[in-house]
Amino acid sequence: MLKDITLGQYFPGNTVAHRLDPRTKILLVLFYIVALFCAQGVVTYTLLALCLAICVRISHVGIRQLVRGLKPVLFIMIFTGVLNLFFTPGGRNLVEWGVIRISEQGLHNAVFMVLRIMLLIMGTFLMTYTTSPISLTDGLERLLNWMKRFHVPVHELAMMMSIALRFIPTLIEETDKIMSAQKARGADFESGSLIQKAKALIPILVPLFISAFRRADELATAMECRCYHGGEGRTRLHVLRYEGRDITALCLGGAIMVGVIVMSRFGL
Amino acid sequence: MAEIIRTENLRYAYPVEEGETPVYALRGVDLGIARGSFVVVLGHNGSGKSTLAKMLNAVLVPTEGSVLVEGMDTADERLLLAIRQRVGMVFQNPDNQIVANVVEEDVAFAPENLGVPPEEIRRRVDEALKAVGMSEFTTHAPHLLSGGQKQRIAIAGVLAMEPECIVLDEATAMLDPVGRREVLATVHRLNREKGMTVVLITHHMNEAEEADRVVVMDDGAVVMDGSPKEVFTQVEPLRSLGLTVPDTVDLLDRLRHHGVEVPLDALRVEECADAIAAALQ
Amino acid sequence: MEPILQIKHLTHTYGVGTPFQRSAVEDMSFEVREGEFLGIMGHTGSGKSTLIQHLNGLLKPTSGQVLLAGKDIWAEPKKIREVRFRVGLVFQYPEYQLFEETVYKDIAFGPANMGRTGAELDRCVREAARLVGIRDEQLDKSPFELSGGQKRRVALAGVLAMEPDVLVLDEPTAGLDPAGRENLMANIRDYHRNKQKTIVLVSHSMDEIAQNADRILVLKGAHILMSGTPAEVFARGEELLSAGLDVPEVTRIAMALRDRGLPIDPAVYTVEALERQLLALRKGGAAC
Repeated sequence: MLKDITLGQYFPGNTVAHRLDPRTKILLVLFYIVALFCAQGVVTYTLLALCLAICVRISHVGIRQLVRGLKPVLFIMIFTGVLNLFFTPGGRNLVEWGVIRISEQGLHNAVFMVLRIMLLIMGTFLMTYTTSPISLTDGLERLLNWMKRFHVPVHELAMMMSIALRFIPTLIEETDKIMSAQKARGADFESGSLIQKAKALIPILVPLFISAFRRADELATAMECRCYHGGEGRTRLHVLRYEGRDITALCLGGAIMVGVIVMSRFGL
Repeated sequence: MAEIIRTENLRYAYPVEEGETPVYALRGVDLGIARGSFVVVLGHNGSGKSTLAKMLNAVLVPTEGSVLVEGMDTADERLLLAIRQRVGMVFQNPDNQIVANVVEEDVAFAPENLGVPPEEIRRRVDEALKAVGMSEFTTHAPHLLSGGQKQRIAIAGVLAMEPECIVLDEATAMLDPVGRREVLATVHRLNREKGMTVVLITHHMNEAEEADRVVVMDDGAVVMDGSPKEVFTQVEPLRSLGLTVPDTVDLLDRLRHHGVEVPLDALRVEECADAIAAALQ
Repeated sequence: MEPILQIKHLTHTYGVGTPFQRSAVEDMSFEVREGEFLGIMGHTGSGKSTLIQHLNGLLKPTSGQVLLAGKDIWAEPKKIREVRFRVGLVFQYPEYQLFEETVYKDIAFGPANMGRTGAELDRCVREAARLVGIRDEQLDKSPFELSGGQKRRVALAGVLAMEPDVLVLDEPTAGLDPAGRENLMANIRDYHRNKQKTIVLVSHSMDEIAQNADRILVLKGAHILMSGTPAEVFARGEELLSAGLDVPEVTRIAMALRDRGLPIDPAVYTVEALERQLLALRKGGAAC
């Protein structure tokens, strides 16, 4: 069950989507998000969905994997959908049944909100699926480099993020192991009231935390032994360089974003 | 032979709360590690062998006495990077020393920290992975590898610093027999072919059979020091230290007690069989 | 007598229906007899860990059956917890599962889950602690203050306190030094001898298995490669070696001696036995 978590997962490949500079991909996702939040009508939504579909096609990522990524946010999607459906006034009332009222505007909002979240999640997941976590953090670090002038510890944050991503599979495996070990001693995680269920987590969380601290401690020593001394004077194996395809992608992405913003002004 | 590491009257006490008397984990160790040698440090848990390992590249600094790496004092903070670049360290838990989630990125970590230019990093990474026989895993995710493979990646990560000496701090303790053999074969090959100085800290005495020198520690001090043959033939002293002797020596020792004329120092299985066959025929 | 555990055509497949589909255990059948000390050996990836998690119902077979005292453990899935109390499983590096404030409470976790309370609970905690050599004054300490070897004993006691009919141990001595290994194995041997309880020991260490097990199961690539008494198994030393498995060092010496024309019984696997044979040979040789 824990193995279903796809967050931060990376599917190696050698498509254009994989080869793009991570900074390009981050910026493209930003453009995409801005456009998504500006989009108003059927035309703009269709355009963005089409863009996503093309990117998915190029990247060779299975649509099933993308849909699987939606599972954890299913609840939020339903929640927003329902909220919008019932509590948006405006327009003609389609259904009136006691206190329950569904307005035209409500239906419209609900459909578009759910679509928006879906497209948002799938778009960002497409980026993490096609970008190794290390180049993602690398790209983020370069993009935010200017913030160093304001004493924001950009390098340290990026390093922390990449280590966190590196240890996700290790900690998931460890959690599985501890759960099995406690089950072997008769621990019961399934039945009982909410409080009992929360209490049943203690035998998992305590060992997990202790182990995480031990790992952190050992990792810090190992990093120091390999001459880690902060970001000062560090070089990289893979140097990021914008190529022709990055420029093209950015121009195209920028143009689509501007297009969507303009179109949405006209309510499309 | 020139020494690469020298410890002089090395003493170390782990920090304690105020008012408590400090307990010394090392109480006066004088040890020289010859360049290009393969030294195994044996001892049971709590003998001080791991503390000693951590002092060889300034993870810990001496309470008293000194450690010199190519003449550089580990207590001098300005020399920290130079010392750690020369003496690389591989630790026990393979999972807790891998930094990146792509093999090549992990091996590149140390040279990146040292500010090596990218093309040079590429060359070092490829060379280091080749030296540990892991070239085909360059772009793999380390958490999917076996324990032995992870430790070889860790060794490659150290090699990429181009050190003079590798210290393995119980790096085989968590591995299965196959993984242990992989790691041992790798460090022996590095020692033989590249002249790398190796200090292997372990409690598996059978890992010491092929070493140039065996140092046995107990209670924070060196109690035996010599070639494997010299050390492992001291059957009684080893047992009283809570260490086992190889089955070959055990068998030869028993036969000698019954008056069979066999040498005690036929450590390897083949040698031992030769000696027994010769004595009985 | 009916065997305490019967494993019938057990298969476990991971990732059914995905490209990663792979069987960790394939059509394994064997028995564990009441009161015996069974050793299981095999490489990492031979299916050992998957196999033993079926013995107490942590994993459910893809096909096949596990019978505990003649009854399919999955006959009533709701009662699977009772199977876990009867077949105690100690995982690799079990000290990483400790979580309670005191050693006493941690050992009591299992039996308390069984519903034991009061004097009964106290008795099984103290007895389990005694079995692994944890002293009374250590019971009130935090388990995290203990040394690595002691933590492992506490974790072992946590399973022993459930007083299982079968004790399954996965690499109980991994990472310990020779003295620690010998001490822990001595505890396990004493427990086996005094309580007459069944033990299943999984280990990489051929020497450990050779010295303790009544019967050995050798696994390779999700199948059972061979089974028999230590003498029977180690007599097939060449086969084990060619399967990439270790044999005890003594067996290797015996094999090397046979290569040199000495008539050594292939079933020898302890130093004492080899010594006796060699001394007998000398006497025989002197007579010629």
